[in-house]
Amino acid sequence: MSDNNHMSLTLKIWRQPDSVTAGAMHTYQLDDVSPDMSFLEMLDVLNEQLNAKGEDPVAFDSDCREGICGMCGLMINGDAHGPEVTTTCQLHMRSFSDGETITIEPWRATAFPVIKDLVVDRSAFDRIIQQGGYISVNTGSAPEAHSVPVPRDDAMRAFNVATCIGCGACVAACPNGSASLFMGAKITHLGELPQGQPERDSRVVDMVAQHDHEGFGGCTNIGQCTAACPKEIPLDVISQLNKDLRTALKHGH
Amino acid sequence: MGGLPRGTVLDVSTTSLVKGARASRSTIALKLLMAVSGLIFVGFVLAHMYGNLKAFSGHDAFNEYAHHLRVLGEPLLPYSGFLWISRVVLLLALVVHVYAAVTLWRRAKAARTVPYVMKKSTGAIFASRLMRWGGVTLLLFIIWHLLNFTVGKVNVQGGPTNDPYNLMVDTFDTWWLTLIYLVAMLALGAHLHHGVWSAAQTLGLTGTAAARATWKKIAFALALVISVGFSLVPIFVLAGVIEK
Repeated sequence: MSDNNHMSLTLKIWRQPDSVTAGAMHTYQLDDVSPDMSFLEMLDVLNEQLNAKGEDPVAFDSDCREGICGMCGLMINGDAHGPEVTTTCQLHMRSFSDGETITIEPWRATAFPVIKDLVVDRSAFDRIIQQGGYISVNTGSAPEAHSVPVPRDDAMRAFNVATCIGCGACVAACPNGSASLFMGAKITHLGELPQGQPERDSRVVDMVAQHDHEGFGGCTNIGQCTAACPKEIPLDVISQLNKDLRTALKHGH
Repeated sequence: MGGLPRGTVLDVSTTSLVKGARASRSTIALKLLMAVSGLIFVGFVLAHMYGNLKAFSGHDAFNEYAHHLRVLGEPLLPYSGFLWISRVVLLLALVVHVYAAVTLWRRAKAARTVPYVMKKSTGAIFASRLMRWGGVTLLLFIIWHLLNFTVGKVNVQGGPTNDPYNLMVDTFDTWWLTLIYLVAMLALGAHLHHGVWSAAQTLGLTGTAAARATWKKIAFALALVISVGFSLVPIFVLAGVIEK
């Protein structure tokens, strides 16, 4: 225990040297943690200490550290991205208390194999996007933005769900290991806009097929995904996903 | 830490893209089967519950209702024709429902083979986490229930089984049979509480926050009406209000 401005923590962290070697939880003691540190800065401090002792630092993903890139993501005390509705990099140590034990694990999903420690391979998401998470347009100069009118509510819904950063928290939180919230966000984002219509049927069928092929589970509408989502993507995108697939089925896809 | 040299990056995942995808082969198609077969059951239990409540009108009203089910649709349908059509539809729905559930359950297990050391259920209602084992409970109950009243007809009090009303009273006069029944109704209520809303979501009927809230209310109301409606008759038999 220490004074009000500094915290002492017990960290239980998953350590795994590579994808083929078995891993295990390791316990570390960390003192002098400032409540103003971000969660990743706290891990940086731990890694400096491990480095100084000649130990292998804990590998974890991060990039922008401002909550917009989707690179970071840890299972913290049983919640994806920890106890707040935000990304791991935007989570601060003031959300924890002095003397607390924090359990830190990688995302667990067959489709997200562990590469090392807390780093997982999320390229399954890239392949789902490759299967239709885009629109096909002729390249050249950008068209006049107002040439294709979009109703205000449709544009708002598309923009709201386009905030998905593909971090994978929905998969990590889902008891079925399903990526339906991620797919639903993409399907809704593109399906709300006129430019998304020509490929609407093939998009949902191809993306869902790739999702299933990657080994993600089926959705049971439990809602832990949306509770974990740092961008608060609502559950109704999964309804949209289901509706689009049903429509594609009716169209003979 | 042992293992491979530092910096070694292994090719750890698949890189193949699916070609020739079919919507009918997807997990969502399985969910659609689950939803439609589930809604058939909802229609059935509502009608079944209505029939059970005839017990409050006494011996003759209850047995007349049971007989009427056999002659329903006559002379267009043969004797028991309506009943047999219903049984075939329900049995098909059951096979589809259980097949889809088992397939999705196995998929879900395969989707996370390494469990979390610590995992919370933030955002989930209890009923939603009870669907699979609750479903197994209901399946076991349905088998017993059919043996009790339809297929074998078991009267644990040793009385006759040819009178539907008396068999019902003899059954629920036995406290532990009523207890089993009430536990099954709790499981049914929980199953419907999540299941009805989940079916609406799977059918794509909950595309807005308002529709989501509405369907959650419908699901809760249906779960309450059906589970309480079914529970009334055994409770009132055990209390001695409904008697032979």
